[in-house]
Amino acid sequence: MTSVLLGEGAQSSEGPADPLADFEGAIAADERIEPRDWMPDDYRKTLVRQMAQHAHSEIIGMQPEANWITRAPSLRRKAILMAKVQDEAGHGLYLYSAAETLGTSREELLDKLHSGRQKYSSIFNYPTLTWADVGAIGWLVDGAAITNQVPLCRCSYGPYARAMIRVCKEESFHQRQGFELLLALSRGTEAQHAMAQDAVDRWWWPSLMMFGPPDDESAHSARSMAWKIKRHSNDELRQRFVDICVPQAEALGLTLPDPDLRWNEERGHWDFGPIDWEEFRQVLQGNGPCNEERIGRRRQAHEDGAWVRDAAAAYAAKRGTGRPAAQAVAQEQPRAQAQTQDQHDGETAVSPR
Amino acid sequence: MADDALVLSHRLGEWAGHAPVLEEELALANIALDLLGQARVLYSQLGDEDELAFLREERSFRNCQLVEQPNGDFACTMVRQLFFSACQELLFGQLAELGDPLASKAVKEAEYHRDHAEHWTIRLGDGTEESHARTQRAVDGLWRYTGELFEPLPGPAPVGAVDWAALRAGWTERVTRVLTSATLTVPDSPQSGAWAAGAGRQGLHTEPFGRMLAEMQHLHRSHPGASW
Repeated sequence: MTSVLLGEGAQSSEGPADPLADFEGAIAADERIEPRDWMPDDYRKTLVRQMAQHAHSEIIGMQPEANWITRAPSLRRKAILMAKVQDEAGHGLYLYSAAETLGTSREELLDKLHSGRQKYSSIFNYPTLTWADVGAIGWLVDGAAITNQVPLCRCSYGPYARAMIRVCKEESFHQRQGFELLLALSRGTEAQHAMAQDAVDRWWWPSLMMFGPPDDESAHSARSMAWKIKRHSNDELRQRFVDICVPQAEALGLTLPDPDLRWNEERGHWDFGPIDWEEFRQVLQGNGPCNEERIGRRRQAHEDGAWVRDAAAAYAAKRGTGRPAAQAVAQEQPRAQAQTQDQHDGETAVSPR
Repeated sequence: MADDALVLSHRLGEWAGHAPVLEEELALANIALDLLGQARVLYSQLGDEDELAFLREERSFRNCQLVEQPNGDFACTMVRQLFFSACQELLFGQLAELGDPLASKAVKEAEYHRDHAEHWTIRLGDGTEESHARTQRAVDGLWRYTGELFEPLPGPAPVGAVDWAALRAGWTERVTRVLTSATLTVPDSPQSGAWAAGAGRQGLHTEPFGRMLAEMQHLHRSHPGASW
C-alpha cells in the first residue's frame, strides 16, 4: 500500500513509449486507472483534492448528527443514529485509505483540513436545531450525496470507484431511515408535523447547493468529465435530485419551500426557483452559521487526542512493533463494520421510492 | 443490568465526534451500540423500553454509579470501561452457564469490550509519562465505584443464583493483572463511594446523573404520548 510508484518511476517500469497515450486510451476504453498506473499530475491532484474533501465531509458530517445522539427521543432512533454516525467514521476511513493510494497520508490530509487548506461539504455548516433535522439530513442531504456518488461508482480511478460502491450501499440505508423518521413525524402529532416541515424548509436549499455551482461557473467540471472522474454535470445531477424529491415530499405529506416548483411537460422535468448563490459563496468562504464551530470542534478533538496518539506510538515503539497508533487499533475495524451491517439488516425501513 | 447498559451506552455516545483517532470513533460507537442493544432486550422483558428509559426519574434508576460517571478524558473512559466490562463478562459468563440464553450472546460482546479497554489501559499506562499519570489518576478516581459491582442483585433465577464472591475474586484477579502489566498501581483505598456500596442499585446516584437524564429525556418528555 505504501509502495506507490510515483511519476517517473512508473514510466520506466511500465515500458510504454507514450504513457499519456496509454492513459488516455484506458480512459477512452472505460478501463480503471489503478494506483501503480501512470497518470497525469493534474489527474492525481484533482483526485486527491476531491477524495480528501469527500473524506473530510464524512468526518465533519458526524457533528451535526452527533449533536442529537444524547437527545434521541426513542431507543430505536438512538440506535439508528449511533449506527449512522459510526458508518460515517467508517466512510471517512475508506476514503482516506483510497486517497493514500495516490501517495498522500491521512495525517497530511487532516492537517490540511484543520488549517483550512482543504474544504468539506458546505452543507455541514448548517445547524441541527430540532430532532426533525436528523431526518431532513438523512432524506435530503444523504439523498443528494447518493445522487452525486452513484455515478462515482463508475469513476475512472479504481480505488475511489470501489470505495464509492461500499459507501453508497450504506448511504442508501441512511437515506431510507431519514425518510422514515420524517414520515413518522409527519404522521404524528401537530407539533411533530410542524417540526418536520420546518426542518425540510431549512434544509431544502442548502441540499440543492451540495451539487456545486452552476455548470457555467464550475471551474473543474469540464476536465473532470473528460477524465471520467465525473460523469454528469452539477446542473444535471441537481435536476435529477429535484425530480426524485418532489414525489417523495408528496408521499411524506410535506411541502418544499419553493413557489416556482412546477412540472414542465415539455422538458419532462420539474422546474425550480433560483438558488441563492451569494449564500453559497458566503458559506464556502467560512461565513456560514457553523463554520467556526465545526472546524473548531474538529481541531479540539485532534488536539485533545494528541497525548493518546503519542502514548500509543510510545507503547508500540517500546514493544518494537513500530506500528503507528492508527494501525495498532485498526484490527478492531472489520468487526465494527460487519456489525454495523447486521444492524442495518435488522432495521425495517420504508422505501421512499 | 438494563440500566447499567443504557447509562454507559449514553455516556459513550457523548464521545461521537470527539475521539482521539477515527478508529476510536468507530470502536466507541460500536460498544455503545452493543450496550444499547443489551438494554433494549432486557427492557423488553420488563415492559415498554421507551417508558422505562425516558419516563423514570433519577431515583428509580438502578444502574451502578460507575457507569454514570462523566467521560472525563480518554483514560478515564477506558478505565471505566475496563472495570465495567471485566465484571459484565464474568457475570454474563455465569448467567450463560446457568442457562440464560441472552447472556451467551452478550458475553461475547462484553469480552470484546473488555479486550478493547484492556489494550488501551495497557497502552496508556505503559505509554508516555503523561498517559501513565492520567491513567493512574483515572484508576484512583474510579476505584471507589467498583465495590458496588459485586453487590448481589435481587432477582429471579438465574440472577438469584449468581456467585457474587466468585465474581469479585475473578474481577480482582483480572483487573490486577491488567493494571500490573500497564505498570499501574492497584489502589489500596476502599471500593466504596459516598453512599454505601450498592447505593446506585437503591436509586441513590451521584450528581452528574440527573443532568445526564435531563438531556436524555428532554425531547421525549416534551411530547407526551407521541410516537417517534
